[in-house]
Amino acid sequence: MRIVFKTSYMQDIRPWKDGYQLCLYLILLAMVAAAPWWLDDFYLGELTNVLVWAIAGLGLMILTGHTGQASLGHAAFLAVGCYSNVILIEAGVPFLLAFPLAGLLTGIAGVTVAIPALRLHGIYLAIFTLALSVLMDDIIVLAEPITGGVAGKYLGGVEIFGHLVDRWGTPDQFFWLVLGVAVIVTLGYINLLRSPLGRSFIAVRDSEVSAQAMGVDIARTKMISFALSCAVTGLAGALMGLYAGAFNNETFSVIISIQLLMMIVIGGLGSIHGAFLGAIVIGFLPQFLSISKEYVGAIIGSNTVAIPGLEFGIFGVILIAFILFEPMGMYGRWLKIRTWFELFPFYRKDMFKRQKSYLKTERLR
Amino acid sequence: MSLLEFENVTLTFGGLTAVDDLSFQVEHGEVFAIVGPNGAGKSTVFNLISRFYDPDAGAIRFDGQDLLQVKSSGVAAFGVARTFQNIELFEHATVLQNLLVGRHRHRRTNLLSEILFTPSARRQEIENREKVEAVIDFLDLQPFRDKLISGLPYGVRKVVEVARALATEPKLLLLDEPASGLSVEETTDMRWWIDDIRRQMGITVLMVEHDMGLVSGVSDRVLAMADGAKLALGTPAQVQSHPAVIEAYLGKAS
Repeated sequence: MRIVFKTSYMQDIRPWKDGYQLCLYLILLAMVAAAPWWLDDFYLGELTNVLVWAIAGLGLMILTGHTGQASLGHAAFLAVGCYSNVILIEAGVPFLLAFPLAGLLTGIAGVTVAIPALRLHGIYLAIFTLALSVLMDDIIVLAEPITGGVAGKYLGGVEIFGHLVDRWGTPDQFFWLVLGVAVIVTLGYINLLRSPLGRSFIAVRDSEVSAQAMGVDIARTKMISFALSCAVTGLAGALMGLYAGAFNNETFSVIISIQLLMMIVIGGLGSIHGAFLGAIVIGFLPQFLSISKEYVGAIIGSNTVAIPGLEFGIFGVILIAFILFEPMGMYGRWLKIRTWFELFPFYRKDMFKRQKSYLKTERLR
Repeated sequence: MSLLEFENVTLTFGGLTAVDDLSFQVEHGEVFAIVGPNGAGKSTVFNLISRFYDPDAGAIRFDGQDLLQVKSSGVAAFGVARTFQNIELFEHATVLQNLLVGRHRHRRTNLLSEILFTPSARRQEIENREKVEAVIDFLDLQPFRDKLISGLPYGVRKVVEVARALATEPKLLLLDEPASGLSVEETTDMRWWIDDIRRQMGITVLMVEHDMGLVSGVSDRVLAMADGAKLALGTPAQVQSHPAVIEAYLGKAS
């Protein structure tokens, strides 16, 4: 087991534990950044998709994983981000300006939604946001002059410094664009978590009463959380639009909202790793299924039949399994495995068991 | 001027009068205890100070300022910190993070400087940690520093809650039953800590407690309450021998 002796406060404040850990993450980043050279175009596209989902997952993680406000409506914000990006570009705004603006606009949309949503807790908030997701579909159809309605919109590629970046024409450059956004969002997220605001999110999640007593303004904190969450989701939505190329009112359906929430639960609520691990599951599951279907088909001799709803069925089973056996998600499982190796013969079974506290202060309101 | 003043405060829930025309003052630098049978309104007094409830009548002043003018999240800014009867910690965070939340009222950075983690945010973090580390040292919490709350035993959680309140650098510390559920040794520890908090840090302590040993050991003055009203106010010995207090606890001699 590696023991890090701390001799200065910065060792606690900086995001990595020691040089070894930093090296591991840099190697991982370098390997991913070099993906265009060791992956073919198809899998590069899939990896890009995973990263886009991971950004969306980070957005939802701020709200659900760290502030504890369940949202089933984040597809609506993906749509706001996607459409505002495209509409701005069509109006002649360069991509490098339109993209952050799309995030900003989605953040503002998030605040607008947050004002009534602040009064709702738990399941009521989930239903409210679910309704939002359903509504967005209709809003896009009704606002046909701006959004193109059912016919949808199309965006081939974007120009960055006079250079055309296109999902199909230049998949490697599009990949680097997405990777860059993912890295920037992740770094911002890490910074947030090690400063007072990020801690106040966690405080609101775990105990609103005592957060208040510590001087945290609950309504304001939730509002900021909504704004940040939606802004990041908006960025992901803009990238998702670029990735899809063509989209209409059905692209960002309720299903996407639910998938997004399932993704961060499987990945591990309340951790940045969780968003990425969950995105890998979501992104590669369809491919994994179609490949394994071929194998199974070859063994049992029947031709491959498409089974409707197979993907969602399997996904549901995975989700149920995680909630039953590993509520901390894939990241929680990884922590256990790592601890097992670090402590090698001394790992105990109950190491991660929680001490239950049965008393809870009666809710004051 | 007193540090905390309650002036004819009344609070009713429907037909129930939880606090009935209550007046008292807590002076600078004293340990003030509130005792009384269950349902006497002791915790309600704390929740009134934390502004979780609005009184129906009366005034609450802290250091001469009207406490009723602020929201509950604004009370901490005055320098009032509290613990809860049934431990309200941030379960899925470490002890260190819990204590750092206590530093929230000293936050000087804004959203942007935190996301970019500018040098000013870094300086603030170092400063926060220096203060928190002093509290960890004071309450002997070093072994639990990086442990999650959800894995800690009850007695330690109780101390962490006091630590979190101290991390806010309060003028007035509200302790809601600091010794409930603690063993005899832990209660003794708590007693010396309360003494040290007052003597070394100069923090005024207002506490609700049932353990009369602890109350008479540390407090300068005691307020006895029953059914939301004041029964007696004085030194621990005076209050314990007051006929109205004995009647409230034991009933009237027939």
